Amino acid sequence: MKDWQPKILAILCNWCSYAGAGLAGVSRMQYPPNVRVIRIPCSGRVDPLFIMKTLQSGFDGLLVSG
Amino acid sequence: MSSKSKSALIIGAGIAGIQASLDLAEMGIKVHLIEETSTIGGRMPQLDKTFPTNDCSMCILAPKMSECARHPNIQIHIKSKVETVTGDPGNFIAEIIEEAKYVDPVKCVACGLCEEKCPVKVADEFDIQLRKRGAISRYFLQSIPSEYTIDKEKCLYLTKGVCRLCEKVCSAEAINFDDKDKKIKLKVGAVIVATGIDAFDPIGFGHFGYKRYKNVVTSLEFERMLSASGPFGGHVVRASDNVEPKSIAFIQCVGSRDESIGHDYCSSACCMFAIKEAIIAKEHMKGLKPSLFYMDIRAFGKDFDKYYEKAKGQYGVEFIKSKVSDITETNKGNLKLRYVLENGDIKFKDFDMVVLSIGLEPRKNIRELAEKLDIKLNEYGFCRSDAFTPLKTNREGIFVCGASNGPKDIPESVVSASGAVAEAIKYLKLERQELQEKKVVEKDVFGERPRVGVFVCHCGINIAGVVDVKDVAENAKNIANVEHSEDLMYACSQDCMNTIKERIEEHNLNRIVVAACTPRTHEPLFRETISEAGLNPYLFEMANIRDQCSWAHMNEPELATEKSKDLVNMGVAKARDLIPLKRLPIDINPQALVIGGGLAGMTAAQSLAVAGYEVFLIEREKELGGNLQNIYFNFGKDPQKLLRDTIEETSKNKLIHIYKNSEIKKIDGYVGNFTTTFVNKSTGKEKQFEHGVVIIATGAEEHKTEEYLYGKSHRIVTLVEFEEMLYEKKFPGRKPKNVVMIQCVGSREEGKMYCSRICCTKAVKNALELKRLVPKVNIYIVNRDVRTYGFREKYYTELRDKGTMFVHYEPENKPQVKFVDKSDPDSKINVTVFDPIMDKEVVVTADLLVLSVAVDARKGNIELGKMLKVPLNEDGMFMEAHVKLRPVDFANDGVFVAGLAHNPKDMDESIMQAKAAASRALTFITKKAILAEGTITEVNEDRCSGCGYCEIICAYKAIEVDKEKEVAVVNEALCKGCGACVASCRCGALDLRGFSNEQLFASFEALDLVDVLGK
Repeated sequence: MKDWQPKILAILCNWCSYAGAGLAGVSRMQYPPNVRVIRIPCSGRVDPLFIMKTLQSGFDGLLVSG
Repeated sequence: MSSKSKSALIIGAGIAGIQASLDLAEMGIKVHLIEETSTIGGRMPQLDKTFPTNDCSMCILAPKMSECARHPNIQIHIKSKVETVTGDPGNFIAEIIEEAKYVDPVKCVACGLCEEKCPVKVADEFDIQLRKRGAISRYFLQSIPSEYTIDKEKCLYLTKGVCRLCEKVCSAEAINFDDKDKKIKLKVGAVIVATGIDAFDPIGFGHFGYKRYKNVVTSLEFERMLSASGPFGGHVVRASDNVEPKSIAFIQCVGSRDESIGHDYCSSACCMFAIKEAIIAKEHMKGLKPSLFYMDIRAFGKDFDKYYEKAKGQYGVEFIKSKVSDITETNKGNLKLRYVLENGDIKFKDFDMVVLSIGLEPRKNIRELAEKLDIKLNEYGFCRSDAFTPLKTNREGIFVCGASNGPKDIPESVVSASGAVAEAIKYLKLERQELQEKKVVEKDVFGERPRVGVFVCHCGINIAGVVDVKDVAENAKNIANVEHSEDLMYACSQDCMNTIKERIEEHNLNRIVVAACTPRTHEPLFRETISEAGLNPYLFEMANIRDQCSWAHMNEPELATEKSKDLVNMGVAKARDLIPLKRLPIDINPQALVIGGGLAGMTAAQSLAVAGYEVFLIEREKELGGNLQNIYFNFGKDPQKLLRDTIEETSKNKLIHIYKNSEIKKIDGYVGNFTTTFVNKSTGKEKQFEHGVVIIATGAEEHKTEEYLYGKSHRIVTLVEFEEMLYEKKFPGRKPKNVVMIQCVGSREEGKMYCSRICCTKAVKNALELKRLVPKVNIYIVNRDVRTYGFREKYYTELRDKGTMFVHYEPENKPQVKFVDKSDPDSKINVTVFDPIMDKEVVVTADLLVLSVAVDARKGNIELGKMLKVPLNEDGMFMEAHVKLRPVDFANDGVFVAGLAHNPKDMDESIMQAKAAASRALTFITKKAILAEGTITEVNEDRCSGCGYCEIICAYKAIEVDKEKEVAVVNEALCKGCGACVASCRCGALDLRGFSNEQLFASFEALDLVDVLGK
């Protein structure tokens, strides 16, 4: 378990957090590579079902940001 | 009018120039945007945050910049200068010099390798010399155009004939040392000057020790320090020892309100700028003690006072009303401030760091430009314009906006830019624009199995330097339904886009995934490309493997490659389920409704009529004119003449249909298709008409006060009543000896925490008029802060020179008002107030007490807001779409606001905003139709129970339950595709096209996570 890395899904709003993830890249801010990003038009789009589906699909963690 | 042209020239590509360009371009005018530096954007990119919302400056500007760059009607000329403008309005010839850039903009992909290798290091202007750049560089990270340019004065090869290193490292072969300056001639109908301002250089102020003491910085330098993308990554440290400061002093009015340097004007923005910096600094460093040394806090804009109060309360910023006389460095770079309080006491205080709030001044080269354009400058060296024609220069056909004719903050610049456009269109040929027809017939892919094409971009070395791009492309071939996969050097370059089109043809691809940079900038481009190849533009998905992989995981190339594969996998999974979407055309009715016949309403109506559009102007009262009817003086200009002229011109214009004494009953519809019912108040007759846009110009009203014995004596009057007295030259009793004015009556207090903006200037204006009539009168202006912003400061100085007393009070210690003799109805009034200068209570026996009462929002705003589905702020004023960059628009398209209905403002500001609203409205009605978004909500009627939950949730009022069918119905014109209703639906009846549940779930489930867990 020592080397185990959680696999995280980030559901990000196109207008703020997704842009923020872009800015982090542009600014060359380094962060762990075990996060996968999904872009949505607004964090209002996030249905509780998304959270269950994500965890069911095998992700260890979920970040909703908007 | 002699002639009109289809093109316009805009000089300066800051936020004002960008806004003016976009407005004109949307009206179908070809715009030449001239910019001296190598990028558009102006001052805004240098700012970290913007007040009063703390929005990130670059984040709000970037979409406007890229819109400007992408717009087919805008041609950007960087590194360019205007040489001459000859000819007549409507038919100018402008001669432009475009400097050599030495980099081919078509080939350059902005990888940055050249700058890395450039041996020359130059102090960088963007980061105010806090950082170094190369002789080949771009102005800042998100510069537009993004291509690099060479600084010919700094380049080793161009100055000494050696080096050419950039040429060797550029794999795109973009360097071109043979490039030459170009002279071009442009035919334009109108010119808009938007050259902006410079920041004052405090180097001459020896007593503040700037550049002598390391820890004294300017507010602009401090802004760069606060910025996360700045030279210190947002970590504020002292230059002397790299230690975080524990206390910071902000010194206001450095280079403003200072007659000694010829700057007898207020820079208008610095108070808020400093308060913002104090708040942001405090957010960065929790224990920080910020102090602000000021003469008056001029928080006169919309919602500014709330921000000021927040700084005092929540953030504990200390505000010290004083004048700082000098700064000395004590030990270890610490600084000692000597300052004088109002009562004359001299105090000392130690700080770790000092920020000088530097003022705004005219551009260094404005004189040169003014000579070339043959336009005049004012006494301070800003472009000259008049109070009632605030956007005109002395030369017909040349207009001015932004801060080039006086200090302005961002929203004021944006307003003036749109306003200048409304002036310019008199000389421009506006034609109603057809919807752009599709050039290529769209292929019907319905029923076809998905045939996905994957294109993985190297982005030079930006992606390929870290991610194994070939491996990612190879791997994609194993994903189900992927017909074709390949890697491309620069997917966005013209030749690679042609490759994509060819592959679509060759492999009969019907879904495209591009793994490259961010869809926020590049999705429109690729969508356009695939649509040229006959695919519906919505059959496209992007995987962002640059920003999220190669740049974010530079030291972990293998994991970055793995992540890229996953992102491509997720992209393909979503792409499989994508369906073609249609953007429905919405027809636009070209007629406009203007609500309110005051100065703003009439001005807006005229601007629309000048462009050739029909206007319905509805006025509630029997006469046109609104609040302007009560204004008699304006520093030598005659507002009553303005009133008469405006009414006459409006009334005789055949395109303007005026309905006085009328009230609006109902407004239905949406952008392009409104139906309004109104009623004549005396006849009760109803009338209805259809229109495409609405401008709200309903004004505001004088606050009704019961404070200070108002209403109990003819000697106690409001500002408006006093102005009428001055005009009639009739005062209570004989000529007044002592007159007291109390400011902020009903403004800036609990429950009404806003500044009414105009009362300080009005008080000064009326006091000057009274002094003229009765030179011996003693005037006492009892105030909280004197907010005579911009060039109004001059009159404040004049009034002080004439011997007027300004007495400061705090709301906890309001002046006391009593009759000298209660039994006498003609009694004079004793006003008791604590005078901080004398340091004691003083009593003035006044012949006349003038109350500067607040500007209140109209009560009817609530009802009107509901009809038009637009919001109000907590003070009841209409709330624009964005306080900085969309100051006259609403989130709801097709509705605009101008004048006092938006916020208290002066006449010149109302005129500008009215013209701006007209101009924004024209961007819609100059089109015969617009396209609704494709990514909108759809309703599965069989599942919908008609519960109406979605209707409550929708911020745009775009979904409604059909009462008869009992199912939700989406208004495709209003839906913004946020998907909030979809998440709220309890029956699963709603889904969002382009981001459907099915598509998103496919993305989540695309990854083989079991495998990862196993590792």
